[in-house]
Amino acid sequence: MKDRNHLSRVNVSHSATIIENGLIDIPMLQLLQADGTPHKDATLPDIDKETALKMYNTMQYVRVLDERMIAAQRQGRISFYLACTGEEASTVGSAAALQDVDMIMSQYREQGTLAYRGYTTEQFMNQMFSNEKEPNKGRQMPIHYGAKELNFMTISSPLGTQIPQASGYAYGQKMAGQEAITICYFGEGAASEGDFHAGLNMAAVLNCPVIFFCRNNGYAISTPAEEQFAGDGIASRGLGYGIKTIRVDGNDIMAVYAATQQARKIALAENCPVLIEAMTYRLAAHSTSDDPTGYRSKDEEEKWREKDPIRRFASWLQQQGWLDEAADQAHVEQTRQEVLTELKRVEKVPVCVIDEIIEDVYDTPPWHLQEQLRELKAHISKYPDAYPKTSGRINNG
Amino acid sequence: MAKMNLLQAINNALITAMTDDERVMVFGEDVGHFGGVFRATSNLQEKFGRGRCFNTPLTEQGIIGFANGLASQGSVPVAEIQFGDYIFPAFDQIVNETAKWRYRSGGQFSCGTLTIRTPYGGGIAGGHYHSQSPEAYFAHTPGLKIVIPRNPYQAKGLLLASIRDDNPVLFMEPKRLYRASVGEVPEEDYELPLGKAEVVSEGSDITLLAWGAQMEIIEKAAEMAQNDGISCEIIDLRSILPWDVETVCASVMKTGRLLINHEAPLTGGFASEVAATVQERCFLHLESPITRVCGLDTPYPLAHEKEYMPDHLKTYEAIKRCVNF
Repeated sequence: MKDRNHLSRVNVSHSATIIENGLIDIPMLQLLQADGTPHKDATLPDIDKETALKMYNTMQYVRVLDERMIAAQRQGRISFYLACTGEEASTVGSAAALQDVDMIMSQYREQGTLAYRGYTTEQFMNQMFSNEKEPNKGRQMPIHYGAKELNFMTISSPLGTQIPQASGYAYGQKMAGQEAITICYFGEGAASEGDFHAGLNMAAVLNCPVIFFCRNNGYAISTPAEEQFAGDGIASRGLGYGIKTIRVDGNDIMAVYAATQQARKIALAENCPVLIEAMTYRLAAHSTSDDPTGYRSKDEEEKWREKDPIRRFASWLQQQGWLDEAADQAHVEQTRQEVLTELKRVEKVPVCVIDEIIEDVYDTPPWHLQEQLRELKAHISKYPDAYPKTSGRINNG
Repeated sequence: MAKMNLLQAINNALITAMTDDERVMVFGEDVGHFGGVFRATSNLQEKFGRGRCFNTPLTEQGIIGFANGLASQGSVPVAEIQFGDYIFPAFDQIVNETAKWRYRSGGQFSCGTLTIRTPYGGGIAGGHYHSQSPEAYFAHTPGLKIVIPRNPYQAKGLLLASIRDDNPVLFMEPKRLYRASVGEVPEEDYELPLGKAEVVSEGSDITLLAWGAQMEIIEKAAEMAQNDGISCEIIDLRSILPWDVETVCASVMKTGRLLINHEAPLTGGFASEVAATVQERCFLHLESPITRVCGLDTPYPLAHEKEYMPDHLKTYEAIKRCVNF
């Protein structure tokens, strides 16, 4: 057995000096200024026109989708929605720096990553309308997406649970010899959960190739960040776990892209976790069940609207001569049409047949589930009008 | 065949599973080089390397969260929670995540390869936090399987079946039998079916049902009753979820009486579920009320452990009350 000395990295001091909070000043990487012009000393990542436009169009797409679906929820057409307005650059910029083989484990405000991977409007709609074409079979609330073919792990509501799961997933990727990593998204509120601590510590100790991506958008529902933590944000904690860490301007897609590219390279080459804290602002309400006027000012929101990540990137693209304003406007209008057309089409698709209620609880339904289904179907058959979604397609054979 | 105690049988099952499938990984607190506080994971790290058998930081929610991710990736995690009493920090991961993973994703993803091993139960002067039997908390969770062996032969066969089952299994090991229970165990690979109870001995006057370490208690009570001319049918439930309603009801329809024994507290214990179900299905066959002999509705006490336990004497008295009803 080898000798261990857990004091080997401890320096000795001879006066009772309590170390002050905030001694380590973690800077925020920012490459583009608010008007889209690169900072003088900024090193921009290599990016081609096609990738840059894909990133830009994905941000625009998500903005359009969010606006339309909030309206749809207001009209009572879907039960719930959750927009990512103001945070498009954080999610799209990081997704663009990944490879398709990388697993994405998200919280719920990361539709930009799915859109970047090619999730279609029809797929978004199927999920939100909980219909029979939805891969989760209509079992979860809207925005709880999951797409095996896109390596996008199904979302669940409990906050922070995906953080240690991402560590485990990444460990499995490493053990299986895959050239792939896992990225795990969460908000600064979720980082107060015990699972954050568990997940980061395990990833560091067990050498897991995972990127922890924190969207620090200033609020967890109504709770402002200063009531969430007293330290220097989330980034400072990474260092305490022995995790390589960077803080970026989450409204600067170039900074997010550059940081994530770098993080992926390190995670894969060194089999270690990397923490990225993206500083941004939740311009959206927390969800369609929330009204932010109860806890923050319009003035504050306006200040952040001026830092709109989409506009900042559009300015840079224009400076490259890569973006034609008229074509861009036409494209946004076309996207609006597509979203509306799909919405109208998909809302007519029926929900799954009732037999699905007992499937996938286990690999095969055990006796008690089969028995409960038989009784349920007999009951629905007796009162078909009370269960209009399923009674029309019931088979009592 | 070899003589093994319960721990050796579990160790043997883990070696068998890890040899058979390189995706199997064993981890938890102190399970690495040290081999676990009960030695259930002895020599695994030496045989299979640190990548496949390793210590984790001391965090139960972390262990199960990590295991969930690993299982969904396609590996076969066998996670250890050092004592069943300390599984509660992982309750959220098990109940909201492990158990619902396949259902909520429409079968796209699952944690089916996960097995959680944990020692449970009293009788070892363990006080509040080294004695609990938490199976009923988890029996209320669709998506999980819960399995409890009663001896070394069962332990190996059921653990191998649990590891290979395509559903997450909570495998609870009666720790007071770890070294006390010794028996013949085949050295080759074998499995025992999940979801199946076992009629350990046949009888005609009353059905006695238990699981895990309480099996020896009801067997002892049955012996005492036998001397009074009472013939007991003894059933080991083995799987708490899903449980074998057919075997239990067939027995009760024959004997007309049922006694259920478990260490966990009475109120909300799994005996309630069995009693209600049997009452529904065997109403016309029952000749006396279904009897539950269980732990008290108190935290598990230290000094009064003997008094707390649903022992053979309490069971014997309940058998007589039942038969003389």
